[in-house]
Amino acid sequence: MFVTPAYAQEKAPAHGAAPAGEVHTETGVAHGAEHGGGVFPPFDQSTYASQLLWLVITFGFFYLIMKNVIVPRVGGILEHRHDRIAQDLDEASRLKAEADAAVATYEKELAEARSKAGSIAEAARESAKAKAAADRAAIESELSEKLSAAEARIADIKAKAFAEVGTIAEETASAIVDRLIGAKATADDIRAAVSAAKVEG
Amino acid sequence: MSNDPTHQFQIFKIVPIHVGGVDLSFTNASLFMVATVACAAGFLYFATSARSLIPTRAQSVAELSYEFIASMLKEGAGSHGMKFFPLVFTLFMFVLTANLLGMFPYFFTITSQIIVTFALALLVIGTVLVYGFYKHGFHFLQVFVPSGVPGILLPLVVAIEIISFLSRPISLSVRLFANMLAGHITLKVFAGFVASLGALGALGIGGAILPLIMTVALTGLEFLVAFLQAYVFAVLTCMYLNDAVHPGGH
Repeated sequence: MFVTPAYAQEKAPAHGAAPAGEVHTETGVAHGAEHGGGVFPPFDQSTYASQLLWLVITFGFFYLIMKNVIVPRVGGILEHRHDRIAQDLDEASRLKAEADAAVATYEKELAEARSKAGSIAEAARESAKAKAAADRAAIESELSEKLSAAEARIADIKAKAFAEVGTIAEETASAIVDRLIGAKATADDIRAAVSAAKVEG
Repeated sequence: MSNDPTHQFQIFKIVPIHVGGVDLSFTNASLFMVATVACAAGFLYFATSARSLIPTRAQSVAELSYEFIASMLKEGAGSHGMKFFPLVFTLFMFVLTANLLGMFPYFFTITSQIIVTFALALLVIGTVLVYGFYKHGFHFLQVFVPSGVPGILLPLVVAIEIISFLSRPISLSVRLFANMLAGHITLKVFAGFVASLGALGALGIGGAILPLIMTVALTGLEFLVAFLQAYVFAVLTCMYLNDAVHPGGH
């Protein structure tokens, strides 16, 4: 509030036409009496009208520029950037969702392919096993057929052989008896003897 | 002349203009008002002319100052106060540019003239009054009646509120004016010590180092003050505008 005393003091000379230096000693600050005025320059009322006028002109012009050009422009730049960032974020989240969906599809397909491969392998294994089993069964049955045929033949041959054993033995026995005693044994005796031996043997 | 610390505030006529006995001359003060507006408007205009999505350095400075004032006004006066944004932004840029221009040697500091700062303060208070009464009519007078004050104290409080309201243009203008004036005078005085001590010979040159360091430090401080006072002016403008927008909101 030190404005008021100085203000009051220079009020009187300021109205005077001649800005003589007679007051400057009272204001206490104006040592520079040599360059006119004599009052402390900021309190020199004679400059106020001019300063106010030019302040109104320049400040008013500045305000109009700011209001009509600068503020809308900078506001527009900031808004545009804000919109652009929001748009980019939306785009990014959309792409992320797409990527997630692609990953999910891929995973699903992979799982499907895996299970399919498993089932194919299982089926192949099953069919191979079945074929092997069938082959084995066929071979086994063939073999057992052959075996049984062979057994039948052996039994047949055996039976035939057994049947012939008696005759051979009788002939041999009659030949042996004939050679040993030179007499013919009767056929009935030899047959009885052979049967007895057969039973014993 | 060079040792007179008030010489830098001297106003002289460049183009004398007299209308009806009133001196309306184009002076060095007028010149620096034009220069201030040209610098501030020119900077903001050319810095933002590319409208780049990714700002250049200059453009980000312009955007930064815009957002700085916008957030200040939004905090101070709410979203309804944003209609005053061009005014506050203009005031801030004008005062800041004027203060910074004044830091150049031999440049005139227009904010060191009480009439300029007082006119700017009156503009703010005038806006508050005109808008307040236009928008709220007599309800604007609630600004002087804080809520929740007991009836006996009310006359006293209202008187205090009125005085504080009336002192606002004075405090707003004197704060800026006095800071710029005092800072520039101090700088000049210390710089003058350097010159006069330096003239005394070898011992004087040794003694001049201290005021030289002071001058350098004060220059830094004055740059801070130049910004700070523009900031304070803008913040107080936002607070006062808040009264115009929300008169009951004490």
